[in-house]
Amino acid sequence: MADHPLVRLETLALIGIGGFAGANLRFFALGQLSDVQAVLLVNVLGCFALGFLAYEAEYAALIARRSRIVFTTGFLSSLTTYSTFAVQTALAADPLLLIAIVAGNYGLGFAAVLASRELARRVTGGSTPAAGGETA
Amino acid sequence: MSPCAVATASTAGALGAVAFDPEPAHLVGTGGALGAVLRHWVYLQFSSERFPWPTLAVNVLGSFVFGLLTFLGATASTLQLVGIGICGAFTTFSSFSVETVQLYERGDRLVAVANAAGNLALSLAAIGFAWALVSTGVF
Repeated sequence: MADHPLVRLETLALIGIGGFAGANLRFFALGQLSDVQAVLLVNVLGCFALGFLAYEAEYAALIARRSRIVFTTGFLSSLTTYSTFAVQTALAADPLLLIAIVAGNYGLGFAAVLASRELARRVTGGSTPAAGGETA
Repeated sequence: MSPCAVATASTAGALGAVAFDPEPAHLVGTGGALGAVLRHWVYLQFSSERFPWPTLAVNVLGSFVFGLLTFLGATASTLQLVGIGICGAFTTFSSFSVETVQLYERGDRLVAVANAAGNLALSLAAIGFAWALVSTGVF
């Protein structure tokens, strides 16, 4: 993709704005719930929304690429986090808590992606994935 | 105190408030913007059709830095800017999940499992390495 430097700058600015908003919403959730619950909540919601956008892009691509990048690379990927999850796992004193954190984030995260794939399929009426979807 | 001195003092106070007591949400947001742009840069450099290397790289590196901050006992504002903001936005769970599911459904089931286990194992190892660096006094 040989974009004009201004277009690349525009993309970076859009990703930055999405990142600002996503990190802030995660911070808000951390203030409302316990840290483990907050990270689980934002990760599962983020997986659902990103799954929907990624599969919508595969099936129909009704949402413009540039808007999608604000939501996916900017907002959703910043809303969800791996580092806090990993530190919570590493510091979990109780083995049961450790299992709950990993199983919760992984299990519900993957389930959310599968659920949003089904939703994207129904909304777009598509059942045959086109080649070359975007995820990041 | 002369009016001029009062004005100077209050200006210094206002500057001090800006420089040393920023809103937590601004720190987290600024860090989030930086982390997201950095992550985008990593994806542009290291994207691969066969394996989601960029996600693994950002998650392991971000977990390492977050681990360092945790074990060093960083101040609240450093944690907000660098930990929750930069590391939190730099690492991602949503891309990781979607990529893992996509690997699995295109038939690369072992690769999908390796990706899921590898992200966790390497991130935990990176946090352990951070702990070792802090406890041996390297940092």
